Amino acid sequence: MSLQLFFDALALGGIYAIAALGIALIFGVMKLVNFAHGQFIACAVFALILPSTDAMAVLGLGRLPALVLVPVMLAFGAGLALLAEALVFRPMRNASPVALMVGSFALGVALQNLLLVLYGGRPKAVSLWAELGHPVQVGPAEVPLLQLIVIAAVLAILLGLAVMLRRTRIGLEMRAAAEDFAMARMLGVRANRVISGAFALSGGLAAVVALVLVAQTGVADVRMGGQIMLVAFIATVVGGMGSLSGAVAAGLGIGAVSALLQAGLPAEARPFRDAFLYGGVILVLLFRPQGLFASAGSKPRV
Amino acid sequence: MNMVSQHRIRRRMAATTPLLLALLLLGFVLAISLTGDRALARMAAETLIRVTLVVGFWIFVGNSGVVSFGHAAFACLGAYVSAWTTLKPAMKATLLPGLPDLLANAEWSVLPAAVAGGLLAAVVALLTGAAILRLSGIAASIATFAFLAMVNTIWANWTGVTGGTSSVVGLARYVSPWVALGWAVVTLLVAALYGASASGLALRATREDEVAASASGIDRYRHRLLSYTLSAFFCGVGGALMGHFIGVINPDGFYLGLTFLMLAMLVVGGIGSLSGAVVGVLALSIAVEALVRMEKGVTLGATTFALPPGSQEIIIAVAMILVLIFRPAGLMAGREIMLPARWVAGRHSTKN
Repeated sequence: MSLQLFFDALALGGIYAIAALGIALIFGVMKLVNFAHGQFIACAVFALILPSTDAMAVLGLGRLPALVLVPVMLAFGAGLALLAEALVFRPMRNASPVALMVGSFALGVALQNLLLVLYGGRPKAVSLWAELGHPVQVGPAEVPLLQLIVIAAVLAILLGLAVMLRRTRIGLEMRAAAEDFAMARMLGVRANRVISGAFALSGGLAAVVALVLVAQTGVADVRMGGQIMLVAFIATVVGGMGSLSGAVAAGLGIGAVSALLQAGLPAEARPFRDAFLYGGVILVLLFRPQGLFASAGSKPRV
Repeated sequence: MNMVSQHRIRRRMAATTPLLLALLLLGFVLAISLTGDRALARMAAETLIRVTLVVGFWIFVGNSGVVSFGHAAFACLGAYVSAWTTLKPAMKATLLPGLPDLLANAEWSVLPAAVAGGLLAAVVALLTGAAILRLSGIAASIATFAFLAMVNTIWANWTGVTGGTSSVVGLARYVSPWVALGWAVVTLLVAALYGASASGLALRATREDEVAASASGIDRYRHRLLSYTLSAFFCGVGGALMGHFIGVINPDGFYLGLTFLMLAMLVVGGIGSLSGAVVGVLALSIAVEALVRMEKGVTLGATTFALPPGSQEIIIAVAMILVLIFRPAGLMAGREIMLPARWVAGRHSTKN
């Protein structure tokens, strides 16, 4: 495997892993498969530009210097997710996982159409951090600077989350809630605190994905969160529903397979890359229906 | 001792449900055709096509309790099969040059084409369901979503056979309200028959309590696969009808928008019952029609008032969330429309 391909796979897999974590965190604490996550990403993308239906986007928030912009975007994503939790998911706290999932799907449709009303349906060109596209020499390979930054950021986020989940009180509470929510509450874990925390983290991760997507593609499109959300879903299923490390590992793996397919498939089969990917995942699940890293308690005993 | 048992009475009551629902739809079509309004007649045909789609969808989702996001893909398959088999060969040579000879020269009439669309959808459902339905509820839902995206990716890129993202045009527009009513009633009857069958009953047992049903020896996987295949057949037929209703098809017409509409109708009416599926379609179709007219603009006195385009979906989505919060079982709350017991019991049991 060439070094170039290695960096491609790592950067793509890293983004998938971050998106999968955003899904798995919320699933862990409230058994909600969040179908609005893709729209959280899209909303964060459009928060960078001013509302208008023109084809050329005018940067709004996006004009801030990166050091200010990144925290502002993280706060925006977290705030949006917290708002969604308060308005939609808190009143549904006692609903079944199926009803929660359908509710999040409806929320996603509402958000997407809100963006359509405000910004129009055509994709817009956005230039954010264009100077990061310059290639850098790493050994024998030429790698865009952005790709290196993405890989570093993903590693930092994963490390930070791992430390938070293991060393802090809220992290401990989240892991306890993911293990057995009712039991955790009886032992004094506050449900609202843990669930709000998970939503805020998930929204922040959605904003990270949004920033990387815009910087990579230079486009803002209402539909842009959809494909990555689907990959994130698949990663959580393959990783075993509710396992955070499983979601990360599966996200990295899917990114790697995706990059390999992109490089290895003949040119005429390349548009079908995602179809091969999804088909492959369904095949994997045929042999491991509980996912690759399922926890022992995830299957009810009969 | 010539009493009719409670069980027999209940079976007879259940048998009145599809008949009453069919009468309701017949009344709907009759009332609209009496007005003679062409726009309303189109709306009636579209509503009845949605009844076929949503009742077909309900056969799986309602009985198994597993939400599927993949049924719009079955509608897509049905619509394209019908286009492949009914379009004029000369037209196919220019629009779809990659079709195999067998299809390129086919010139079927519309009924076998619709049935073929349903059959292909059913075969694809059998094959993919064999993998997807091994997963537990939520994971299976996600896998159906992956299936939907897979079909959409293939259809948008397989340009020689599907026309890619550009539309296939020129489908014969034969779907009148009466044609749509015919298919809707067939779908209702089959759905009711399946619901009353041993397999339907077993499947609903797994919906209520997966563990208890498995412990009672019910093979969840087999019944889910059967209902998934049956349900895909009617969604395929519904897709074919939709294609021939609009006359133009493209892959994005059978993607998230249709998935959302079908799911919204089922949730608003109530997933738990067949009557819920039909009531949901009628309620949301009327709401969509009203909202579309308001987006075009409504004149009140001297001022014209119009909703911005796109607000229709927002309002429906918000309505769906409100239903989920305040009336989680939907408008019908799992109940069926049926005749009261004393009407169907016969003369012997009324003395009890």
